Amino acid sequence: MARKRFSQQKASEQGPSVVVFAAIKAKKLRHPVRSIIATALILIGLVVAVDAAFRPAYDWPAVAKYLFDHRVLEALVNTVQLTIFSMLIAIVLGALLAVMRLSENGVLRNLAWLYLWIFRGTPVYVQLVFWGLLAVIYQNISVGLPFAEPIFSWQTKAALNAFVLAIIGLALNEAAYMAEIVRAGLLSVDRGQEEAATALGMSWWQTIRTIILPQAMKVIIPPTGNEIISMLKTTSLVTAVPYSFDLYARTHDIAAETFNPIPLLIVASFWYLAVTTLLMIAQHFIEKRFGRFESYAKAKNSRYKRSRGVN
Amino acid sequence: MSEPMVKIDSVYKKFGSNLVLNGISVEVKRGEVLCIIGPSGSGKSTLLRCINHLETISAGRIFVDANLIGYRQSGESLYELHPRDAAKQRREIGMVFQNFNLFAHLTVLENVIQAPLTVGKVARALAIEEAKELIARVGLTAKLDSYPAELSGGQQQRVAIARALAMKPKLMLFDEPTSALDPELVGEVLDVIRDLADSGMTMIVVTHEIGFAREVGDSLIFMDAGEIVEAGSPRDVLLSPQQARTQEFLSKVL
Ligand SMILES: Nc1ncnc2c1ncn2[C@@H]1O[C@H](COP(=O)(O)OP(=O)(O)O)[C@@H](O)[C@H]1O
Ligand SMILES: [Mg+2]
Repeated sequence: MARKRFSQQKASEQGPSVVVFAAIKAKKLRHPVRSIIATALILIGLVVAVDAAFRPAYDWPAVAKYLFDHRVLEALVNTVQLTIFSMLIAIVLGALLAVMRLSENGVLRNLAWLYLWIFRGTPVYVQLVFWGLLAVIYQNISVGLPFAEPIFSWQTKAALNAFVLAIIGLALNEAAYMAEIVRAGLLSVDRGQEEAATALGMSWWQTIRTIILPQAMKVIIPPTGNEIISMLKTTSLVTAVPYSFDLYARTHDIAAETFNPIPLLIVASFWYLAVTTLLMIAQHFIEKRFGRFESYAKAKNSRYKRSRGVN
Repeated sequence: MSEPMVKIDSVYKKFGSNLVLNGISVEVKRGEVLCIIGPSGSGKSTLLRCINHLETISAGRIFVDANLIGYRQSGESLYELHPRDAAKQRREIGMVFQNFNLFAHLTVLENVIQAPLTVGKVARALAIEEAKELIARVGLTAKLDSYPAELSGGQQQRVAIARALAMKPKLMLFDEPTSALDPELVGEVLDVIRDLADSGMTMIVVTHEIGFAREVGDSLIFMDAGEIVEAGSPRDVLLSPQQARTQEFLSKVL
């Protein structure tokens, strides 16, 4: 209010023409229906929240009791580890598959296509069950020449525990999706960039590493962030292996002892949401950083054009 | 007489069944500027791209500074070089493209030092020092930290020339370096190329700038349909062309 009065005062000081201008006021269009809907939604939300706070089934004291239970926190660490390890493998393998799909070698191209066809065409849950049965299908893992005594041999069960199998299962499935993301990124870079680098005498790998990938990153990173968030939630399926020390399976098992599943579902949801939120914040900053050279150049460029009177 | 810098010996190039270069033979002496003119699709870019082995050739041989480019000869057969060795040969041949192709994610300075650092294994401080000299030579010291998107086309092309020179090439290839430029920006790029010619650099320049070809070129070829239709001094070819195809082309361009 004070500011408004001040500006009116100033306007009247500046002479009659400004006063005339100030008299014609532009009013914003009002949206009464929108306001009514918004008010109604807020009221409904409040009612649900208050109701939830006092509803015995949610058993908030139990939620508070188990939220920082050491078994839950350990399970949270396991879930985060499953996410990180499987995504790291998936990104590397996905990049490899993407390069194979763009390769001039037909065998590599078709192999990559076959991989994508299988791993994208079957549910991840089914794949995880398969990985869990690996020790049944292949009792031993051997390294050596066919039809000869193996040089090394391990018992599958002893070499690969459920945690490792869960990571392999998640990673190999995710690699198929990462491959498409990386491929789109590589294809987004103008061909002239590769040509210029080659003409300067750079090797194929130097070109990919220093010229193509850095520019592809701004296309690759946003969907990869989404994949990481999605992976965090997909880890809840590793019970198919069966691995039972992740957040969902652990809270489920605790609930089976206490016969009180609902508060533990809330506990699990709370932690999934907490980690997802952290990931979203990280994603925001990383995207900003990798878009830098372009947005920076664009901003300066438009300023430059404006100052020269070009549009 | 010393060896020519570039010796192109009956080069043929096919894309599928499309014969794009039909027996090209030409030489460029050290310190000379060869200009190439000809209608669109006549194979000018393909010829340049064969000279630094961005494109394989179907038959014939190309020598730069007495080195057979892209192949190893054994008896009557040519064997393609390992990419590593082809890359090594390219370091001595600078190339400037119609569309500049500056690295979009790197500043002007970074564009120029990139190849010396990754390919030439030059120390960073030295690379920066040399890059600054080259950038000053093309008149862009004020733009060291700008990104390509912030530069005009003419400025981008001048940076592209500095970037190519950073590898200290023996030979420079220009593929229509001013064709993508607004008319008022053509002059600044041609000035840089002219200075380079005066400094004794051996160059092959594909261009539609007839005036520039006549002034800077030591020799000139007119290409059409993958063949050299007419070759000679720029003066002779441009002022008194002997072939009907050359006359027709020049009457359209001039
Ligand atoms: N990579 C390629 N694949 C198939 N055909 C090509 C390719 N590059 C060029 N050509 C063909 O070769 C011919 C000559 O092209 P180019 O050398 O670019 O001509 P110019 O530079 O004289 O305009 C054209 O007919 C073009 O279509
Ligand atoms: Mg061309």
